[in-house]
Amino acid sequence: MTTTKKTKTVKWGDEPKLGWVEAMYLPAIVSGVATALKHAFSGKTTTRQYPEVEPTIPPNYRGVHRLNRDEAGRVKCVACYMCQTACPANCIEIIAAPAPKDDPKWKDRDKYPETFTIDELRCIYCGMCEEACPVDAIELTSIYDLTGLTRQEMIYDKEKLLSVYDQTVNSGNDPIRTNRGALGPASLEAPTAKQGPPPPGQGRHG
Amino acid sequence: MFEYLKEIWPTLWPTLAAIGVILAFVPFLGLYMTFIERKLAAYVQDRLGPNRVGPFGLFHAIADAIKLFLKEQTIPAHVYKLLYFIAPTFSLMTAMFALVVMPFGPVPTEYSSGFRYIVAPGIDIGILMMIAISSLSAYGIILGGWASNNKYSLYGAIRSCAQFISYEIPLGLSIIGIIAAAGSLNIEQIVAAQGGPFWNWNMFWQPVGLLVFFTSALAETNRLPFDLPECEQELVGGFHTEYGGIKFVLFFLAEYTHVITVSFLTSLLFFGGWHFPGLTGPVDSSLGGMLLRTFVLVFKVGMVVSFIMLLRWALPRFRFDQLMGLAWKGLIPLGLVNLLCVAVVLTFDLPKHLLSFTAIFIFVGSLISARQLQFTINRPRSAGRPSIAQTTSEVTI
Repeated sequence: MTTTKKTKTVKWGDEPKLGWVEAMYLPAIVSGVATALKHAFSGKTTTRQYPEVEPTIPPNYRGVHRLNRDEAGRVKCVACYMCQTACPANCIEIIAAPAPKDDPKWKDRDKYPETFTIDELRCIYCGMCEEACPVDAIELTSIYDLTGLTRQEMIYDKEKLLSVYDQTVNSGNDPIRTNRGALGPASLEAPTAKQGPPPPGQGRHG
Repeated sequence: MFEYLKEIWPTLWPTLAAIGVILAFVPFLGLYMTFIERKLAAYVQDRLGPNRVGPFGLFHAIADAIKLFLKEQTIPAHVYKLLYFIAPTFSLMTAMFALVVMPFGPVPTEYSSGFRYIVAPGIDIGILMMIAISSLSAYGIILGGWASNNKYSLYGAIRSCAQFISYEIPLGLSIIGIIAAAGSLNIEQIVAAQGGPFWNWNMFWQPVGLLVFFTSALAETNRLPFDLPECEQELVGGFHTEYGGIKFVLFFLAEYTHVITVSFLTSLLFFGGWHFPGLTGPVDSSLGGMLLRTFVLVFKVGMVVSFIMLLRWALPRFRFDQLMGLAWKGLIPLGLVNLLCVAVVLTFDLPKHLLSFTAIFIFVGSLISARQLQFTINRPRSAGRPSIAQTTSEVTI
C-alpha cells in the first residue's frame, strides 16, 4: 500500500537549564515561602460564611418548582398535561378534573388539576416543564437549599407548590421567565386554524 | 520495699512529674497542631479555616479527636494481625521515647533536686540517644507498610526506609559540628555553651550546619517537601492506607511528635535554647526566671513549628530521585565541608565567626537570587520570557 508522504514537524522541548544558584533550591524556597507569607498576611479571604451570608442567586436559576396563581387566587394551571409530557424525568403527575360549572368563580375554565405532584428528588431541574407550559403556570424558582428527612416529604403536592408561590412571589427574586399577572398567550384568544397563526411577535415564541 | 521507695522518692517524683508533663502535653499539642496547621493552610490559601466549633473554631481539634476515637475499628481481612496492631503503637512509642532526653524548659547543667524540665537530666550521651531512638521510628512505618499486605503501603514503607537511611547521615554530620564546639553530647551542656551574647548561638556561626540539619530533620519527620512515604497522589495513603480510627490517630500523633522533637532540637542546638538577649547567664532557680526561660524556649519552638507548617504549603514535593540526590549529592558533601570548616576553626583557635561569612553568603545570596527569580517569573510573556522549548528540531514521520 502506498501512501502519500506526509511530513509532520514535531517540536521537541527541553527543560530550561538550571544554573548552580537555582540548583541550590534555596532561591526557589525563599520565593515560595515569601509568596505563602504574603498570602497569609494579606488579610483577604474569599470564603463566604454560608449559613449566615447567603449567596445572591441569579434570577435565571432553576430551583424548586412553584405553581402560579392567577388574579383570582386560583391555581393557574389548566391541566393540559403539557409539562407532564415534556418532562424527561417523569417526575410530574397530574390528575385533571372538570372545573365546577356551578361555581361562578370557575365559569371561564374547563379543567383544573385535582392533584399536581412533583417528585423533587426525581426532577433534574431542566426547565422543560415551564417551557412547555402554555399558561406560565409552572415555574422554577431560585430556592436552592432543598432538604428533607424522608423521600415522602420531597414529593410536593399541589398545596405545597402553591405555598412555594406564596412564599416567593413577593421575595423580589422572581424568575426572569415569569409573566406575573398575565396569562400566557395560549389562554387569551385561542388561535384556531381558521384565524391562522398569531402575527409575529405576539405568539409565545415570537 | 516501702523503705526503698521512700529512699528514692526525692529523685523519683521529679522524673514521674516530667513524664506526666510529657504524656499530658505532647498528645494535646499534637491535637492542636492539626488545628493550627489547618488554620495556617487556610490563611496561606486566602481562606478562613475551621471556625465553627467553639470560639474561633478552637474545639474543632477536640471534635476531630472524639470522631476518630469513636470510629468503628475495621480490620481488613488480608492484614497480618499482630504486626498490624503493633505498628502504630511502636511508631508512637519511639516518637515519645525520643523526648526522654529533651529539655522542655531550662535545665541547669549541675544536678538539682525538685522538679526539672527534663525526664532524664545529665545524660552524657543525650543527643546520641535521641538520634538513635528517633531513627527507630522507621520500624513503625515499615511494620505498618508490611503488615498492611498492600502494595501501596509497602511502597510507602520502602520509600521511607530509603529516606531514613539516607538522611540519617547528613543529620549526624551536622550535629557533629555542634558537639565538637560544645565538647559534650549532653544537650544541657550544648545549650549552656551557647550562652553569652546572642551571636554565640550556633545558627550564627554554623549556618551551613543549620541548613543541613533542618533539611534532614524535616526529611526524618516525613513532612511535606519530603512526604514520599505517604504521598496521596501516588500511593493512596502510603503506609497508613489500611489504618483507620484510633490506629490512624497513633500514626498521626507520631508524626506530630516528630515535628515537636525536631523543633525542640533545632531550637536547642542552633537557636540558643532558653537563651535570649538579656537572659544569657546560667540558669537560676527562681520561679520567674524559670518561667521566662521556658517561655523563650517554647516561643522559639513555636516559630520553628510554624515555619515547618508554612513550608508544607509553600513547597512542592520532591521527586524520589531528587530526594535521594539531595541527600547524597547535596547535603552529605555540604555537611562534610561544614564539619571540616568547624574542625579547622576549632583546631587552630581561629575566631569562630569567620564561619559567619557563609551565613551572609547563603542567606543574602539566596534572598537576592530569589528576588531575581521572582522578576523572571513575573515578567510578562511579551517581554521575551524564556519559553520552555528552547531548542526545536524537526522530525519527519
